[in-house]
Amino acid sequence: MKIHEYQAKEILRAYGVKTPKGVPCFSVEEAEEAARKLGGNVWVVKAQIHAGGRGKGGGVKVVKSFDEVKAVSSNILGMQLVTHQTGSAGQLVKRLMVEEGAAIEKELYVGMVVDRSTQTICLMASSEGGMDIEEVAASTPEKIHKIFIDPKQGLDRIASIQLNEKIGLPQQALEKGADLFEGLYQAFVDTDASLAEINPMILTVDGDILALDAKMNFDTNALFRQPKILDMRDFDEEDPAEIEASKFDLSYISLDGDIGCLVNGAGLAMATMDVIKLFGGEPANFLDVGGGATTEKVTEAFKIMLSNPNLKAILVNIFGGIMRCDVIATGVVEAAKQVDLTVPLVVRMKGTNEDLGKQILRESGLPIISSDTMADAAQQVVEAARGGQ
Amino acid sequence: MSILINKNTRVITQGITGKTGQFHTQTSRDYANGQSCYVAGVNPKKAGQDFEGIPIYGTVVEAKQQTGATVSVIYVPPAGAAAAILEAVEAELELVICITEGIPVKDMIELRSSMRNMKSRTLLLGPNCPGVITPDELKIGIMPGHIHRKGRIGVVSRSGTLTYEAVAQLTELGLGQSTAVGIGGDPVNGLKHIDVLKLFNEDPETDAVVMIGEIGGTDEEAAAVWVKEHMSKPVVGFIAGVTAPPGKRMGHAGAIISGGQGTADEKLRIMDASGISVTRDPSKMGSLLKSVL
Repeated sequence: MKIHEYQAKEILRAYGVKTPKGVPCFSVEEAEEAARKLGGNVWVVKAQIHAGGRGKGGGVKVVKSFDEVKAVSSNILGMQLVTHQTGSAGQLVKRLMVEEGAAIEKELYVGMVVDRSTQTICLMASSEGGMDIEEVAASTPEKIHKIFIDPKQGLDRIASIQLNEKIGLPQQALEKGADLFEGLYQAFVDTDASLAEINPMILTVDGDILALDAKMNFDTNALFRQPKILDMRDFDEEDPAEIEASKFDLSYISLDGDIGCLVNGAGLAMATMDVIKLFGGEPANFLDVGGGATTEKVTEAFKIMLSNPNLKAILVNIFGGIMRCDVIATGVVEAAKQVDLTVPLVVRMKGTNEDLGKQILRESGLPIISSDTMADAAQQVVEAARGGQ
Repeated sequence: MSILINKNTRVITQGITGKTGQFHTQTSRDYANGQSCYVAGVNPKKAGQDFEGIPIYGTVVEAKQQTGATVSVIYVPPAGAAAAILEAVEAELELVICITEGIPVKDMIELRSSMRNMKSRTLLLGPNCPGVITPDELKIGIMPGHIHRKGRIGVVSRSGTLTYEAVAQLTELGLGQSTAVGIGGDPVNGLKHIDVLKLFNEDPETDAVVMIGEIGGTDEEAAAVWVKEHMSKPVVGFIAGVTAPPGKRMGHAGAIISGGQGTADEKLRIMDASGISVTRDPSKMGSLLKSVL
């Protein structure tokens, strides 16, 4: 789960990480009021969306008067902000943060993720603040320094100070840098974060260390014990189809293609998308109905797929294990009757009670194209989608 | 022979009294030698009772002492699953198989840290996995037993239904399986591809291996590099998620391309360069294996 920058900063401040003063705003009036309240004569107006690269996309502006605060806020609020992470349609900006300006001496990078291969928490820091860290990793990997933290031991203070030295902080700021790392680590652990990033972390001309930007993602498996984090969820930032699917415990992800797929199991669902592509089609979605697919779930899955205006055909691919093919077939027939099935439907079923399942499909009188292998099913559905029925 | 489990394995079920635990204990016990292999259940609140004749003990240690079991399978819900694994590790079982999906990653990191610190020799399979089956001998987990056939092909995979797909293709071609192992779809887990490939390499009754991976992490790459250096048997592979967009979690918690790492194309490239025959068509996993024998 993702949250906004202002929310991440709120969390980090509770762990002693210093940030510039800032106020979240939902309107131009609120933005102006925030600037007046913050005082000073330089502010930064920052679009709050769940994607990186906001600055390059025109969603972050430095302003020097209240009139400018108003003008810039009114430009950014309501814009479709396009960044390298939003896709070409961009993301509608509904929230802003107005923040006091900071006098930057040096920009650095610090991030934290779960490292899968060592099964520890990895703290990464770099002198290359404010840059895309993936680019730094690709072009100058020697500029990224890492500490692998065993959660039973915690973050070692000496290692932390040494890391701050390596990324170029002056002697007198090393303790403050280590304090920030410690706060970031505690926040990461306590909130079940999956990623936390401060880019840039800055050294101010006054010798302070601040988080100028902040990003946090959270482990969805742990949200049951993180009610405060769950409260920060912003549904405006998520795909409506994915939200709808999650209500029915369906794992759904929208894609750009025109062939819908309904599959049991995540691996098989990905493989089904891949085989559609292999035979020249483009998948419209990822959809795993899970192990306990009921008629209700299958019906909802059909409704969600059919709500996509680009949809030209549907492929159902089921491997019946514990879940029997006849149960799935009944679900598919019921669902197809309940919804107005306007596109061709190809069904491939394999496994437990396969013959019975096929018989149910055949006897339903519905125009279902039945198939035996994944490759054949993919070819059939690609052809059906091209037929443009 | 086989790897990890066989007809002489004795199994403790943790979470035997829950709905999922009950259902899969029944179907697993009905498969091959299950009747004599499933010897104990654990539930501190129901110690002294039994589940369809399987005695329930208060702790894993007690279940182990009373029955001589060396393996446990876990169906405990996510919030308590890591603690259940730790209990089995502390009881020094040889193998712990965790089926549970949805365990917080932090719990798994802490558990793996504890296992390292205590220099545990317990093998962990999963979590979020279908389990392991040695056809005609013993099934531990949620896979459909009847699609398997006894034979000499090893299968290792991060996915459930995609494993069944591979197994069914092999069986249809007349190729039975020595053991089929689901290592699970979580980012922080126990046995990885490389560990299971090592076991298959040493198993005299495995002739070749189907390795199925998916996007996320770099475990398939690590396994491929090992295969190139050490594997004496043919390996064929498939990676799911060529069409998956970056930054999106594709059902499995571990199936996510992040920081440019973990793409299917990169995994396929390294596997191919390591002498593993790969296919991009999941309906060809079985026939590809047959072609390398």
